[in-house]
Amino acid sequence: MDVEQEYDLFVIGGGSGGLACAKQAAKLGAKVALADFVKPSPLGTKWGLGGTCVNVGCIPKKLMHFAATLGELRHDQVEAGWIDTQVDSKHNWEKMVENVNNHIRKLNFGYKNQLLKEDVKYYNKLAELIDANTIKLTDNKGQIETVRAKTILVAVGGRPSYPDNIPNIQNLVITSDDLFWLQENPGKTLVIGASYVALECGGFLHGIGNEVAIMVRSILLRGFDQEMAEKIGLYMEEKGIRFIKGSVPDMIEATEDNKRKVTWIINGQKQEEIFDTVLVATGRVSDTQKLNLDKVGVKMNKSGKILCSADDKTSVANIYAIGDCVEGRPELTPTAIKCGQLLANRLYNNSTELMSYEFVATTVFTPLEYGCIGYSEEDAIKKFGEDKVTVYHSIFKPLEWNYFEMHSGESCFAKLIVLNDNRRVIGFHYLGPHAGEVTQGYAVAIKMGVTKEQFDSTVGIHPTCSEELVQVTAVKGIDDAQKEGC
Amino acid sequence: MNPQYQYDIFVIGGGSGGLTVVDEAQMLGKRVGLADYIKPSPHGTQWGTGGTCPNVGCIPKKLMHMTALIGEIRHELTATGWQGIDPHSNHDWNTLVNEVQRQVKGINKANDDWLVTTNGITYYNKLGKLKDDHTIELIDKDGQSGFVTAEYIVIAVGSRPSFPNDIPNVKQLTITSDDLFSLKKAPGKTLVVGASYVALECAGFLTGLGYDVTVMVRSILLRGFDQEMAERIGEFMKIQGTKFIRGTIPNSIEDVEGKRLVKWLLNGQEQSDVYDTVLLAIGRSADTQNLGLEQVGVQTNKESGKIIANESDLTSVPNIFAIGDCVQGRLELTPTAIMCGKRLIKRLYSNGNQVMEYSDVSTTVFTPLEYGCVGYSEEAAVKKFGRENLKIFTSEFTPLFWNFANRKGTCYAKLIVKKDDDIVIGFHYLGPDAAEVTQGFGVVIKLKAKKNDLDNVVGIHPSVAEEIVQMQTWK
Repeated sequence: MDVEQEYDLFVIGGGSGGLACAKQAAKLGAKVALADFVKPSPLGTKWGLGGTCVNVGCIPKKLMHFAATLGELRHDQVEAGWIDTQVDSKHNWEKMVENVNNHIRKLNFGYKNQLLKEDVKYYNKLAELIDANTIKLTDNKGQIETVRAKTILVAVGGRPSYPDNIPNIQNLVITSDDLFWLQENPGKTLVIGASYVALECGGFLHGIGNEVAIMVRSILLRGFDQEMAEKIGLYMEEKGIRFIKGSVPDMIEATEDNKRKVTWIINGQKQEEIFDTVLVATGRVSDTQKLNLDKVGVKMNKSGKILCSADDKTSVANIYAIGDCVEGRPELTPTAIKCGQLLANRLYNNSTELMSYEFVATTVFTPLEYGCIGYSEEDAIKKFGEDKVTVYHSIFKPLEWNYFEMHSGESCFAKLIVLNDNRRVIGFHYLGPHAGEVTQGYAVAIKMGVTKEQFDSTVGIHPTCSEELVQVTAVKGIDDAQKEGC
Repeated sequence: MNPQYQYDIFVIGGGSGGLTVVDEAQMLGKRVGLADYIKPSPHGTQWGTGGTCPNVGCIPKKLMHMTALIGEIRHELTATGWQGIDPHSNHDWNTLVNEVQRQVKGINKANDDWLVTTNGITYYNKLGKLKDDHTIELIDKDGQSGFVTAEYIVIAVGSRPSFPNDIPNVKQLTITSDDLFSLKKAPGKTLVVGASYVALECAGFLTGLGYDVTVMVRSILLRGFDQEMAERIGEFMKIQGTKFIRGTIPNSIEDVEGKRLVKWLLNGQEQSDVYDTVLLAIGRSADTQNLGLEQVGVQTNKESGKIIANESDLTSVPNIFAIGDCVQGRLELTPTAIMCGKRLIKRLYSNGNQVMEYSDVSTTVFTPLEYGCVGYSEEAAVKKFGRENLKIFTSEFTPLFWNFANRKGTCYAKLIVKKDDDIVIGFHYLGPDAAEVTQGFGVVIKLKAKKNDLDNVVGIHPSVAEEIVQMQTWK
């Protein structure tokens, strides 16, 4: 066992956070190495460099969501005069997956090139800590090498978790790890879970023409504003997605023709149904088990998430951790990226700037998209008191929805939560098309401490969905949210 | 309430500004009168209540632009696995016009119903004209006159497309935006004369719908807008298939068997071509002729016809106000007319003290590659502050879906920042969903945000808007 290289920084995990930190550190002159290795899913799905976002998260998710949204636009095309649009034409799953996978591979390749360009040594090997400065690297053939580093960054992210009450579940279900690489259309699908992953996947599967049911134990989108979550669910139901509420699967079995028989209990009654595919999306678990962190002294919580201080330091002085594998961090790519960059700046450029997680904007790409910044209504009321906040709301209909009358006039919704004493907008919620694009600019304003009056004195751009946000006057509890038209 | 007059406030012009004034005043219990009347275009085109925006402006324009865009997604449809997509699908003009007019008439009806049923509003579908400073003459379509009196008068007559005065018979031989959105026959091979946003937006969607379109530009594109962005818009339109003839104007337009023979001079040579339609979009003129302004003493700019009003929207006659497109020095936009109208009524009746401000107003040009902007153009910023005092950040990027569907062209964003205080004084975004991207940043620019404030924010991923909070290179 040769102990060869010594690095300034060794990054374990080549996802959003790991790559960002590695590149930035190298730019600042550090000698950097990065190890990334994807343990295949129980069904054998694997992927390349880039982490969850690029391979089995944000990117393929958004592309498939896009495919579903586009399918719907065919109806608008017809109404708007495009001849020969076949609204009944089928969707070809294989074609979509092939194009999505090719796109992902381009990104994998791009990342490899970036590391090369920045002079970051890339190990496609599974890393394990031997001690606080020594990393054991094992390749897919079992060959081992050891490296040493002054500083170690753990950025291993998470993987989908499985319910523990069903025997053999890992071989009977798929997760988001598998969905985006599935070589065949999943067919009639049962999605188990109510996370954004569950709703987004259920949403686009239905949008491309599959029969979808979503089994939800209690509420939708735990942690998100519940009024918005309800509206998202309602929209999906109106589209034809079936929700099985208040239940979890009791049993999942393979049938003779390799379908899945799922049994569950509702109101004391046993129900069962056959699905082609069961997609489990009940949460994600930190991927820290095989890292040997315990032995090295890195403290974690019960679920395996690493405990870090605000400067990303673990309980071991030279070991840092960022991204999804750390307790208390939002599980988002842009925060991991920024955090990684700021960490590199602090380590190698004398910066003192810490990552701030206040007012981080995010978007859920459900069939009706949801962009949000800051406090949910529940959290605002809990923290400040119901009489200390004012909630403004508005129901609106995008102009383009007038083409195809199947678009309900009541689905799009905007809500602003304002603190009474200083009139600051502390919660922003937008449910409608292009939610990511609408929400981004407001994130800057809200982080700056914008007031409702400043919102209102901004001239709208007409005609848009976004202008609704600078024109909301109806107060929840006093005024109806529905407004008159143009 | 002054019993001397029939109305507390009388509004001439039921467009974005006018209807807002009517609404705000009636909500305060005032007796409101409104006269709205469309003088037919030279081709006889008319429309209902609501003014330019819902009838012959923003609304039909955006619907047609969106129609062109959703035609284009044929490429993305195929890339994302949808089958049976014909890459060269044709478009039926009449289906589109009927659908657009259905929506427009829906808005007209909603306006009419509201005007007719709301207490305190009396609506006249008649042409209003000032008789004296408190009296308005109302003329119906048969030429019959009546008179009403009001304490305050608000002129909100907007504008209509202009025509060049050196081409014989031009009004008969060309159409304008007044006619385009209800055209009964498909426009066919079209020459668009002009380089305004109206010209480029119309040329853009007509190309997208499959027509052979040429734009004739006298000098620059989008005068008044950032010229780097304007040129990029033009380049993108060329990639889409729109042709440009630059540096000239039509010399003559003649009818040849129902088509239009257009002649022009380019580099000293006479050139010509035959088009099915010539669409003029060279500008708009305030609709203030025959309003009786001169006899009542309301001052106008003699050249443009625009009414001169102070920052409180007051004209040279103490009880007569003017708002919207017909006023000198105002932005020709619906949202500014609306906000102006609201503030005016607050000042008149509710102790309001805000006047309308026209700086840092966000706007979007709905060309094939959409353009959203707030604040200074690069030229205006350089002129005011000096190039050496500015840091100009740029970013060229390709949206995820364009990459995925192998679409040609790139998007572009530009932030103009003052070096001394890091304040972002100009925001320019060229790419999809420009209006939705820009609106939030409109709030940000108005807050006098610094570049650092934008950089401090975490992006939403994946989106195009996140590019703006990640701009690190400057020119």
